[in-house]
Amino acid sequence: MLRLPDFTYIRPRTLAEAAGVLQELGAEAMAVAGGTDVYPKMKRGQFTPRYLVSLSRVEEHRGIRREEARGLWIGAGETLTAVAGHATVRREFPALAAAAGLVSTLQLRNAGTIGGNLFVDTRCNYYDQSFFWRQAVGFCLKKDGDICLVAPKSRVCLAICSSDTAPVLSSLGAEAVLVSARGNRRVPLETLYRDDGIDYLAKRPDELLQGVWIPESSFGWRNVYLKLRRRGSFDFPVLGVAAALRLGAAGACEAVRIVLTAVASAPKVVEDAPRVLCGKPVDAAAIEEAAELAMRVSHPLDNADMDYWYRKRMTRVYVTRALRQLAEVGATTAGPDAAPV
Amino acid sequence: MSTSETITGKRLMRLRVNGEPHEVAGHVTHSLLEVLREEMALTGTKHGCELGECGTCTVLVDGEPVYSCLMLAVEAEGREITTVEGLALQGRPHPLQRAFSDLGAAQCGYCIPGILLAAKALLDKQPNPARADIEEALSGNLCRCTGYTKIIEAVEQAVREVQVQEGTRA
Amino acid sequence: MKKNGFSVIGKPLPRIDGPAKCAGDTRYADDMVLPRMLFSRLLRSPHPHALVHGVSAKRALELPGVHAVITGADVPTKFGIMPSTQDEEALAVDKVRYVGDPVAAVAAVSEDAAEEALGLIEVDYQVLDPILSIEGALAAEDHRIHTWNRHANIQKAVSFEFGDVDAGFAEADEVFEGTYFFQGNTHLPMEQYCALASYTPDGKLTLWSSTQTPHYVHRALSRVLGLPMGHIRVVATPVGGGFGGKSDPFSHEIAVAKLAMITGRPVKITLNREESFYVHRGRHPVKMWMRTGVKRDGTLTGMWFRSFLDGGGYSSYGLATVYYTGALQTVTYELPAYKFEGVRVFTNKPPCGPKRGHGTPQPRFAMEVQLDEIAEKLGLDPVEMRLKQVVAPDSVTVNGLRVSTIGLRECIEKVAERSGWKDKHRALPDGHGIGFAASSYISGAGLPIYWNDMPHSGVQLRADRGGGVTVFCGSTDIGQGSDSILAFAVAEELGLQPEDVRVVTADTDLTPVDLGSYSSRVTVMTGNAAIQACGNLKERLFEVASEVLEVPADDLEMEEGHVRSRSLPDLGLAFAECVERAETRFGTLGATGSYRPPRHPGDYKGAGVGPTPSYSYSAAVVELHCDADTGEIRIDKVWIAHDCGRAFNPLWVEGQVEGSVYMALGEVLMEEQIFRKSGVHKIPSILEYKSPTTLETPPIETILVETDDPEGPFGAKEAGQGPLLPVIPAVSNAVYDAVGVRIHEIPITPDKILRALDQRLKDPTVPDFAFPAPIRWAPGQGVEVPQKS
Ligand SMILES: Cc1cc2nc3c(=O)[nH]c(=O)nc-3n(C[C@H](O)[C@H](O)[C@H](O)COP(=O)(O)OP(=O)(O)OC[C@H]3O[C@@H](n4cnc5c(N)ncnc54)[C@H](O)[C@@H]3O)c2cc1C
Ligand code: FES
Ligand code: FES
Repeated sequence: MLRLPDFTYIRPRTLAEAAGVLQELGAEAMAVAGGTDVYPKMKRGQFTPRYLVSLSRVEEHRGIRREEARGLWIGAGETLTAVAGHATVRREFPALAAAAGLVSTLQLRNAGTIGGNLFVDTRCNYYDQSFFWRQAVGFCLKKDGDICLVAPKSRVCLAICSSDTAPVLSSLGAEAVLVSARGNRRVPLETLYRDDGIDYLAKRPDELLQGVWIPESSFGWRNVYLKLRRRGSFDFPVLGVAAALRLGAAGACEAVRIVLTAVASAPKVVEDAPRVLCGKPVDAAAIEEAAELAMRVSHPLDNADMDYWYRKRMTRVYVTRALRQLAEVGATTAGPDAAPV
Repeated sequence: MSTSETITGKRLMRLRVNGEPHEVAGHVTHSLLEVLREEMALTGTKHGCELGECGTCTVLVDGEPVYSCLMLAVEAEGREITTVEGLALQGRPHPLQRAFSDLGAAQCGYCIPGILLAAKALLDKQPNPARADIEEALSGNLCRCTGYTKIIEAVEQAVREVQVQEGTRA
Repeated sequence: MKKNGFSVIGKPLPRIDGPAKCAGDTRYADDMVLPRMLFSRLLRSPHPHALVHGVSAKRALELPGVHAVITGADVPTKFGIMPSTQDEEALAVDKVRYVGDPVAAVAAVSEDAAEEALGLIEVDYQVLDPILSIEGALAAEDHRIHTWNRHANIQKAVSFEFGDVDAGFAEADEVFEGTYFFQGNTHLPMEQYCALASYTPDGKLTLWSSTQTPHYVHRALSRVLGLPMGHIRVVATPVGGGFGGKSDPFSHEIAVAKLAMITGRPVKITLNREESFYVHRGRHPVKMWMRTGVKRDGTLTGMWFRSFLDGGGYSSYGLATVYYTGALQTVTYELPAYKFEGVRVFTNKPPCGPKRGHGTPQPRFAMEVQLDEIAEKLGLDPVEMRLKQVVAPDSVTVNGLRVSTIGLRECIEKVAERSGWKDKHRALPDGHGIGFAASSYISGAGLPIYWNDMPHSGVQLRADRGGGVTVFCGSTDIGQGSDSILAFAVAEELGLQPEDVRVVTADTDLTPVDLGSYSSRVTVMTGNAAIQACGNLKERLFEVASEVLEVPADDLEMEEGHVRSRSLPDLGLAFAECVERAETRFGTLGATGSYRPPRHPGDYKGAGVGPTPSYSYSAAVVELHCDADTGEIRIDKVWIAHDCGRAFNPLWVEGQVEGSVYMALGEVLMEEQIFRKSGVHKIPSILEYKSPTTLETPPIETILVETDDPEGPFGAKEAGQGPLLPVIPAVSNAVYDAVGVRIHEIPITPDKILRALDQRLKDPTVPDFAFPAPIRWAPGQGVEVPQKS
């Protein structure tokens, strides 16, 4: 039986306290919420914290509520099941309900939190392996080694962002509320990600996520999330496409955001999508152009399930399908699980 | 004043399992799976990966299915834990257990405790699930023997049996 | 009430182990705990190929809680499942041959301590270049993985010609050729390997293990540990899934036995999931080439088949596997001439072995896909083309296999009819397709693994004065229901209820030998042995009953708990009373029965692989749709008909069929045992090695075809492996029907479909290899054998 290495378990009651403990203990401490990412990685020796700072007793990062004029608040400590099942989320942000509901399995979603999902470690099939395996292959940049085994010439780690909800919340313009011993800050969620497989978060380790706001201005956007993976459950995304758009009265596209997951170390915003889509009705030609652009910025590597050229090619197909759905079907359609086979 | 609680090493855990209170000495690093199997001899809960990748270790915590291999036992304190040993009602097998047994849904049987609990969680919420609901509810549990066919049929049979018992079906 | 003359056979009654399994009460190996038990872990090689110059356990032994460390020097005797290829060591003596090859074993007070100790063992490796492909193995003449074999890295090369193949091709109107590749995959039972050993002060060793073959483990332990078999007891615990993966004697079993002997304390080992990918013994990757000659109407005139097996680091069952890739092509359709050449090579990867269908799914894939292509080219319906040339019952094939009953025709007709084949084939909308294939499998190997003339299966019966009956048999329930088979066979024969029959199995101290749960042998062999034992018991029961009831013994039967007169059904004696009287008369009551399979006509060297008491037959139709933009396949439905001789119990047979279909779908769509260029397994986890969930598993419609085989107990044949075979080629054929591309490679993944659609998918290649001169044989040359043994 795989077991956890020894650690000291600290259960604060407030985020500030938790942040304080993290700051005090430094690199040897790690926050844990549902633990569904942390514990497997500790069992495989990828994470080796001496202290775990649990958020399980913290109340202030819970709750999902609509606040007039402010938007939708989603506490970081809510489980993925709670997020996926929340009536407002389902009605207004079917993409988020879909993304949360497509994470692994029901059992995992019952334990895993949205906060943990947003900060889930980047993945790579040279890294997500046991200590024995990594020793046999040679350790990699991300853990215990000094070269990237995916691309030995790369100076940065190429592990991929594997969160399902991060691209969706980014596409919806969500803002993150972070708590630390030094106080709180509120930043666009998107700015918290860095395209570096090791330092993939632009926040200090002692900063904790209290929750996210989906701003009032994102209500009314049509949104969808499509996920590529081998099976309809268990599997991480090997490509995820989050798309959100606002249509004007005349049916012209007023604003659009397309964010990809699993094609880089951070959620990948398709920067040029508004240029080709905005200001006109979303027609086949525009969709094709946007999909082509998305494919061009999608750079999957040979470090996850399914061939990288395949995942790159699927970027075009999935973006096309996502946009078609948004253009044709309307705002409240949940993205179907695009999982194949 | 810090209200943090710091837990190290072994401690006496108070766990409510299958409706009974238990006190066990468990290590803080122990998963619920380890404590159930190794400290409480509740070996009905199985394990197939210990990484959240197979579903074999599924138990119910406050009625919701979770992977016991990924939950610390200390986090299960104060919550209601149900394992396969707690499915029978006063010595009488749960309708799911009866249907699984009658239809031969258990071949090697190794995945079955976890699947029974995932199925129970479904029926407790949704007394009349469609086939697709059953497939969805059991999609976090791998079975290598059955092709899930008899398993799904057994859940359907249990549904009918409960309905007959409760008089909602002739 | 009796149905078809049976009281319990043929009825959808529950298995005897169902209630305990559903209560979580069944004790699998890892559920066992013994007082003072220690825990073991194995140190495994991180190198695919290396010499081991020394192992130092000094630091590990100093770690508190560590009781013993053993290395190859402690258990140097070689072993292996096949007597002629004993090339395994429990712990490497001087060489490691794959990443994961065990090098040392620790016994400590906890798993954590044992694990920690592994990190303190120092191994002096001299790393060698690994050989990782079939071509590489054949090319490396002087760079050898083993030295016991005759040549280079060739474990075994075989060659046969049955009938005149050149004449067959000369007679053909058209000759077709193709190359195929079947990627390796693994069993992935949900239960991880586990064994527990205890060595008691009386010098006796007991090993409990999750094994399919306690008898072979028994033999291997005796050989390696130097203990007489009589001092060793092997108990197979309820097996949480095997599929062939728990059929070899394993390093971890020998290691805990040795550690228990050294420490005098029980020692348990449970391998983790990653290790199960290294233990492996799964499906061989096989490259294949096949040439088939046909008349314009589709009649086969000759076939030439070549297989190249990537065996991994050790022999395991490989000797049998290579033969199996060529043995069963002949038993489905009339084939007048057949040539088969096969070779198995060593590579520095985990050893391959038997997985459900052992060596036959790969050639069946090639053959059924090629037949589909032939039908297409000749403008024939693939179903009709096969129906025209189904092997005749009671016939002998060109390679000397005796076919008794054959339900293939009915299987084909039934799946075609139920699936609506005629209306759907080449007629479904774009992207939707339907495919067909058929197959056959053995109901138990005709020969034992080690040469002997003893029974393959033995059963002892004990009748209790209280009316209870206990059946003892060495067979191992791996989930297929073999314990229930025994209970039901005995209940049927003795007129009892299955729940009144106690079953004691898989314990070498208590039960007579049964060779194990492999080759789909258990129902046929233990069933026959049980029937024979019941017959022997009945003789004595009838003798006393005949006196008491004053009717002739041959007028008696056993039914509903009574010995009864057939002609005067009111005359009867309760079973318990009859036993009491018989015991009074004869003393303690017991009876034995045994079974040995009949001989087959083939008498050439190599004719031992392929014979069986009876062949099962299957036919499958798969309907699917394929998204041409993504290459994703979704299986809509599988219809499968299986000739199971007689459905011993329709529920259990269906369960075996459904499980086989499931496993086949995993293999054809997503499962792969694949390696990096460094020789390390690419995805040794149950997350990244993809096993279908409920969401990928389609509805399966099972049709049971009954042929009442004279060799089978109550007419039964196997059902646990055969139904896997046709599903894989049927999917490939359905993909062609859906999107017009032929995929000659398993698994059929979305990227391959897209590549094929882009016309970028190349056919697999096969190596150049000079096979030995063929052994020639033709029907009529063999020994005469009666049809019923
Ligand atoms: C088999 C398997 C399949 C999976 N499949 C998917 C999948 O398909 N898609 C997917 O997105 N994920 C998947 N995951 C990953 C993971 O389970 C989920 O992302 C989950 O939501 C993580 O939440 P958690 O609460 O368990 O996180 P934890 O494991 O507790 O934490 C994850 C990370 O987030 C940090 N963290 C957690 N909460 C906070 C907070 N409030 N503030 C700051 N940092 C915080 C932790 O320090 C840690 O670094 C899978 C995991 C497994 C084991
Ligand atoms: S043991 Fe596999 S999910 Fe817990
Ligand atoms: S019954 Fe064997 S794994 Fe499900």
